[in-house]
Amino acid sequence: MITVRTVERPPRDLAVQVFLLEVVKGLGVTYRHFFVNLWRHLLGLAGGRPAGSPPAAAWGGSPRGRASRPPSGRALAARGAVTVQYPEEPAVLGRRARTRHRLLKRPDGAPRCTSCLLCETVCPARCIRITAEDSPDPGIEKRARTFEIDMGLCVFCGHCVEACPVDAIRMDTGDMELPALHRREMIWDMKALMEDS
Amino acid sequence: MARITLNGRPIETADGALMIDVAKEAGIHIPHYCYHPALGNPGNCRMCLVEVQGAPKLQPACRLKAVDGMVVRTDSPAVQAAQAGALELHLVNHPLDCPVCDQSGECGLQDYYMTIGRYKSGVAEDKRHMAKRKPIGPHVMLDQERCLWCTRCTRFLANVVKTAELGIFGRGHGQVVDLAPGKVLDNPYSGNVVDICPVGALTDRDFRYKVRAWYLESVDSVCPGCSRGCGVQVHTSTKRPWHNEGRRVARLKPRYNPEVNGHWICDEGRYSYKTLDQDRLGKVLRLRPAPAGLSAVGTELSWDAAWKEIAGRAGELMADKGAGGLAVIASGALSNEDWRSFKKLFVDSWKVVQFLFAPEPDQVGPEDSLLRRKEKVPNLKGGEALGFGTEFRSMSWDALARSIEAGRIWGLYVVDRDVAGVWGPAAAGLLGRLDFVVFQGPFKGGTGDLAHYRLPSTAYVEEEGSFTNFEGRLQRYAKALAPLGAALPDWEIFEGILARHRAGKGEAL
Repeated sequence: MITVRTVERPPRDLAVQVFLLEVVKGLGVTYRHFFVNLWRHLLGLAGGRPAGSPPAAAWGGSPRGRASRPPSGRALAARGAVTVQYPEEPAVLGRRARTRHRLLKRPDGAPRCTSCLLCETVCPARCIRITAEDSPDPGIEKRARTFEIDMGLCVFCGHCVEACPVDAIRMDTGDMELPALHRREMIWDMKALMEDS
Repeated sequence: MARITLNGRPIETADGALMIDVAKEAGIHIPHYCYHPALGNPGNCRMCLVEVQGAPKLQPACRLKAVDGMVVRTDSPAVQAAQAGALELHLVNHPLDCPVCDQSGECGLQDYYMTIGRYKSGVAEDKRHMAKRKPIGPHVMLDQERCLWCTRCTRFLANVVKTAELGIFGRGHGQVVDLAPGKVLDNPYSGNVVDICPVGALTDRDFRYKVRAWYLESVDSVCPGCSRGCGVQVHTSTKRPWHNEGRRVARLKPRYNPEVNGHWICDEGRYSYKTLDQDRLGKVLRLRPAPAGLSAVGTELSWDAAWKEIAGRAGELMADKGAGGLAVIASGALSNEDWRSFKKLFVDSWKVVQFLFAPEPDQVGPEDSLLRRKEKVPNLKGGEALGFGTEFRSMSWDALARSIEAGRIWGLYVVDRDVAGVWGPAAAGLLGRLDFVVFQGPFKGGTGDLAHYRLPSTAYVEEEGSFTNFEGRLQRYAKALAPLGAALPDWEIFEGILARHRAGKGEAL
């Protein structure tokens, strides 16, 4: 049930309007973060606790493989915040992060996709292009002849995964580094999408 | 006159009218599979049950005749329970393979399940397995598992086409729809069974897997396949060119028109869309006709330049050799609008006297008593209304060939007619003797390369206009697609030449 809550605008008194006080307040926040983190890092150095953030690998996360559980909020806070030096250091992914798609296979290696086009229909970015054909297997009615995803258009919303009635598409490769030198190379075909399956 | 109360609304209707029709007219949809207005009401699907006050049981609305004083409810809990129950039984053996079924998106089972079903099936037993994709004819694919045995297809084939290729065999759990022994579903109207099948049991082999139904856009049109002028819907798929193998028209469906074609169209018309994007002309060209076997070399012109050149060249030749030496080949494929401009240009302005527009021999085909007509062009009547066929006679192909050989003809203006198809290999020789050949049409055919000027015109799905069918019924058709390339409607091309011709002679436009 959606309800509407009216939030009252804070009064714009003189102190707000001259900005000066607000600037000082803002700087206060920045300095608080700076000193709290500095203190934690110093504590870490002195007490032998891991200072700053260890590389993502130590959390079990990896840019290519599936990420394991990231540290809880409290552990992270006690460690002191740092910036991950991406791309020198690998990025940290949540376990449910939506990354580059893959197409799953049947036990015999054929694509699981039945080419129902629900993912193509639901895709808000219109990045999926499927054409269908009759399957040579008499037990299977329809299969994809071509299946392309234009990674340059994809917004990684995951609707295709939700829509798929046969669990043929997943976004769990952990791969989010998809640059290419040409737009055409951003289009992944069925063969490429099935490589990780 | 019967005064009945339908869902609390007083309604006046004819005595003995079927309740399902009465409700439809009143805007109340009663779910049904087996009933079809043109195929009768066997009452076997049990989806249309309604509650009648005073009757001990629910009554099928497709067999219930309106009687004065009847009080009917289509929305009571008992009716809804009965419909949900009937639906559950329909789905006992239905494979529910909607994701791969071509009917998905326009399926009676899907629709009714979403509106009135929505139950969890109480059937724990395994579903029965039968033939899943059985080609039963050149156009139709049968899936026995999806069938509900509504018998619409068997009734259509037995009562309308009277060929009875399909039948229901076995009873109860063993009931299947199948071909009668030794038969193949190959009649001129076989595609209609796909339209009347309320589920995905009969699907179109041609349309199979090309586009999902929900991507299609529909425009009302008139089939140009013969002089009947059946109402059709043009279903197009243009936003996703990778679907439908790049063709823009995905299928034609019959459009109900009780005065012309009823609910049906013939297969000839239904599958005529396939060539719409093939062999099309898109450029205005001045050609150097090539020797036999080679394709012509052309210079692309703007419409304005082409119109000026054609008007100028025809004017010169007419002044020089007389208008009697110019022959015009046209056909009943022209719309009424085209015929009007055609007459303005060729008769009123150029004073042409040699016309060829009779459909023989290349535009005639098989006819029957149901829909198909012999003349395979839609609008001979429209031409006749302007005098083509009465005031102006059509010459024969032989007479025209003889005239060309005798040197009595210096020019030929061909409007969407395959001269090379009629004259065969002799066409190149005959056209080669002429000083002035214009070919205008949507498709190149064999004649496109033999002309001096080649003008692209629109196909009927790319223009709006009207046809007059063989009974004299005027029917409008709408534009479904953008023209390909520079193509213009025929009438616009005629008007363009006419305007340049008049300007050249110093006449006011």
